[in-house]
Amino acid sequence: MKRHFLSTRLWHWLNLVCLIVLFMSGLNISNAHRYLYWGDWGFSPEQAWLAVPRFPGWATIPDYYSLAAARDWHILMAWPFAFGLLFMWAAMLVNRHFWRDLRTSPREWRPQSIRSDIARHLKLDFRHGPGKYNFLQKAAYGVVYAVLLPGMIFSGLAISPGFESAAPWLVDAFGGRQSARSVHFILAWAIFAFLVVHIALVLLSDPVRQIRDMITGGKA
Amino acid sequence: MKRRALLAGLGAMFVGACSKVANSTAGSSLLSAAEDWHRKAHRALSNRTALVREYAKSAISPDFRGNGSLSVDTDAYRRHVVEGFKNWRLEVGGLVANPLSLSLEDLRALPQRTQITRHDCVEGWSAIGEWTGPQLSAVLEAAGISEDANFIVFRCADTLGGHKYYESVDMVDAMHPQTIIAHLLNGESLPIKNGAPLRMRIERQLGYKHPKYLTAIEAVASLDEIGLGQGGYWEDHHGYQWYAGI
Repeated sequence: MKRHFLSTRLWHWLNLVCLIVLFMSGLNISNAHRYLYWGDWGFSPEQAWLAVPRFPGWATIPDYYSLAAARDWHILMAWPFAFGLLFMWAAMLVNRHFWRDLRTSPREWRPQSIRSDIARHLKLDFRHGPGKYNFLQKAAYGVVYAVLLPGMIFSGLAISPGFESAAPWLVDAFGGRQSARSVHFILAWAIFAFLVVHIALVLLSDPVRQIRDMITGGKA
Repeated sequence: MKRRALLAGLGAMFVGACSKVANSTAGSSLLSAAEDWHRKAHRALSNRTALVREYAKSAISPDFRGNGSLSVDTDAYRRHVVEGFKNWRLEVGGLVANPLSLSLEDLRALPQRTQITRHDCVEGWSAIGEWTGPQLSAVLEAAGISEDANFIVFRCADTLGGHKYYESVDMVDAMHPQTIIAHLLNGESLPIKNGAPLRMRIERQLGYKHPKYLTAIEAVASLDEIGLGQGGYWEDHHGYQWYAGI
């Protein structure tokens, strides 16, 4: 029995590449109009709820301002990102990774067990009890799998004027196209925040073994 | 510090690799294939006549932002402005049985469609306005559009970055019920910044596909011989996607 399924490992690295390209090309796209709005419309700074800073070239793809080229990359990588996530959900439902490792039990939601989980995390004590992940990990991965990643796909589709006639309800669900665009931006940074914490925790908990196991599968 | 330098170096390598991929033949054909998959997916998921959302009057934005060309810098255009565009002509030609030359009066005499729609700029902003004009499909049918026509090319009076503005769409978007030749915005003649006297509305695509200062409509079999062959000003000179429904 391996520690990580093959499907998990393949998706993990594919998804990392997708996220990097989508995020960095997204920052380039953000530079084209650095204001975010709520509702259906918005086009000038005084209507904006947020004026986004200009992102420097080293943080963007391509590394100079090009809305056309950034959109090319964004449009390309949206495909492996969306179908990769669909594949991962199907795989983890079938191979029981979801049921066995990610699903929480009511017991884990008790405030006192959440508190003790947080306390142990703060002491950098990563030994697990029974089950593969502790509650904080399950909650974090659950939010990423069920909210952040699908949220990026759906808010992205809602921004697309060609897709709107296929599913106008999707735009309404976000409260208008500019709201969908704002949500797309917020979720992108939420994923970035997850990535930072994820990498920090890997670095704090035997990084060589962690990375090796995510490649080779490791031992359970 | 070393780690940061390493990360910056890896980042630069990655971005450099992206540029290499984008500039290679295989890479650029992959990027345009991805654009095409989106178009095909959009077309497969929605009916060819599926409408975009039309809003209530209360949703109209207080102003309709002008972008790109905000006027036409020619004496001829200034004369048209002074004359109230009464001598403006819209030529309809190419692969049609009866080429037409229409005045604004002619266009106003056709059945009109009024729609309150959202305009989405490729940059990211949106504005909502009420547009009125005849459907492009009615004009093309009146001209006797040929079976061989695959694209409709829109010619414009304005010049952007030293080049004539033009755009093109395929027959699905050309014949779409909400594709109109607008001469009114919010019940009044089009403001100059929004394309007076005529502007196309291609509602399922981004703003750069809605050409302003419209002078001619041309039915063609292929876009190869038009402009630089990419189907529009932004496509030819700035690498924008021809399918702007994404």
